[in-house]
Amino acid sequence: MARKKAAAQPTIPRPEKIAVALIINGVETQLSLAPWTTLLDALRDHLDLTGTKKGCDHGQCGACTVLVDGRRINSCLMLAVMQDGATVTTIEGLAVDSRLHPLQQAFIDHDAFQCGYCTPGQICSAAGLITEGKAKSADEIRELMSGNICRCGAYPNIVAAIQQAMEQP
Amino acid sequence: MINFQYVRASDVADAVRQVAADPGARFIAGGTNLIDLMKEHVEHPTKLIDISRLPLKTVDETAQGGLRIGALVPNSDLAYHPLIAQRYPMLASAILAGASAQLRNMASTGGNLLQRTRCYYFYDTATPCNKREPGTGCSAITGLNRMHAILGTSEACIATHPSDMCVALAALDATVHVAGPAGERAIAFVDFHRLPEKAPHRETNLQRNEIVTAVELPARGFAANYTYLKIRDRLSYAFALVSVAAGLELEGGLIKEARLALGGVAHKPWRDPSAEAALRGQAATPATFSRAGDLLLREAKGFEHNTFKIDLARRTIVRALTQAAAGTPQSQSEKKIR
Repeated sequence: MARKKAAAQPTIPRPEKIAVALIINGVETQLSLAPWTTLLDALRDHLDLTGTKKGCDHGQCGACTVLVDGRRINSCLMLAVMQDGATVTTIEGLAVDSRLHPLQQAFIDHDAFQCGYCTPGQICSAAGLITEGKAKSADEIRELMSGNICRCGAYPNIVAAIQQAMEQP
Repeated sequence: MINFQYVRASDVADAVRQVAADPGARFIAGGTNLIDLMKEHVEHPTKLIDISRLPLKTVDETAQGGLRIGALVPNSDLAYHPLIAQRYPMLASAILAGASAQLRNMASTGGNLLQRTRCYYFYDTATPCNKREPGTGCSAITGLNRMHAILGTSEACIATHPSDMCVALAALDATVHVAGPAGERAIAFVDFHRLPEKAPHRETNLQRNEIVTAVELPARGFAANYTYLKIRDRLSYAFALVSVAAGLELEGGLIKEARLALGGVAHKPWRDPSAEAALRGQAATPATFSRAGDLLLREAKGFEHNTFKIDLARRTIVRALTQAAAGTPQSQSEKKIR
């Protein structure tokens, strides 16, 4: 942005690209990345997995949420090179064959979105929430989903959708 | 993002060696604060030393009856660890009051201690900030200072420390274990963070070539009578206006031991021995709690937009001690304050 001063840093040699191996949605993937590439940018710009969204790019909105080794994280604040060897699940990897993940179906059933931009992050975050097993009540779902902002304000339906998916074995 | 070199540390000694060898190098673990500050051009390390694979990820019982928490234990794992939940529920509650589930999954124990203020002017590189660029001045003192400190401020800086976890660690009398070129040393938690004074860019007493290896909790956990009460502008995922960690040990209606630490009010988690002394030996009543609050806030000083915090802090102290005494700690999911 224009108002940002250029960082006063000494000249650093352009780093070699670093080999990064990830298992993304079940597929072994080899990448060669500059160290500053976030996992989010690796997914979107290097692998065309654009289901994961860039919202704020500062860990404040949750749109970039994916699962790394089964845990939900903000991919915008994670350097891809630090995750060498990890297993990553994005919104593209939740459905099995042509069968939607129960959360995807529940979001449709409850109309749990309007514009849809936050939805991949909401669904990946909810998948992490269900695995964690700490949320039982609607209050607990709201609290443990607070890292996912929905500017359209679809929260009541998002909570209802997650409750429906939680009730499934 | 900015250009930097990336290396991994093979063990703690290697991490210390590598950071000592390069003045532009910084450690990275969870990265939740550092990466953000690099995107904002507030931090510009020339090399990142990845310590996230070091074997500092366990929670172990100590011979003294306490726990030693590895510096790389993620915040969420710590909050949900059975020994923390049973014996130090104040710490679990404080951790769960902070950030989001995603950030807690990423953020490390050591990194939580070292996170930097969320003062708007610290982040905005177009404005003066003594913390970001020493000697340029403080924009917050005469600016938008609603979120800022009321205790221990200086003419150079009125920023607050943003952590919730650290407020509980201060109340629990934790110890920070660090390693450096000269070996290991231990720092009492209350001495770990600094007041701004004339050098607000120095936030902790950790040296640049030292690494946090563990946080140790003493045996006393205040598991029966505690609370972590956080007051903020929205119910979740917001920094504290004021937060209070309170722990009591009661005997026949009298307070045998008391701990009181505040967040959101100073450059470090705020403890005041005189306020805790005023609680010991007294009846656990609102009048006692109010006296402790008055003592703790006797030198509080507000700025244009945050004077309300003084009254808010006083009331939050009384409410928190009341919750602790009654054994009805604040729920971090059902937010109604009783």
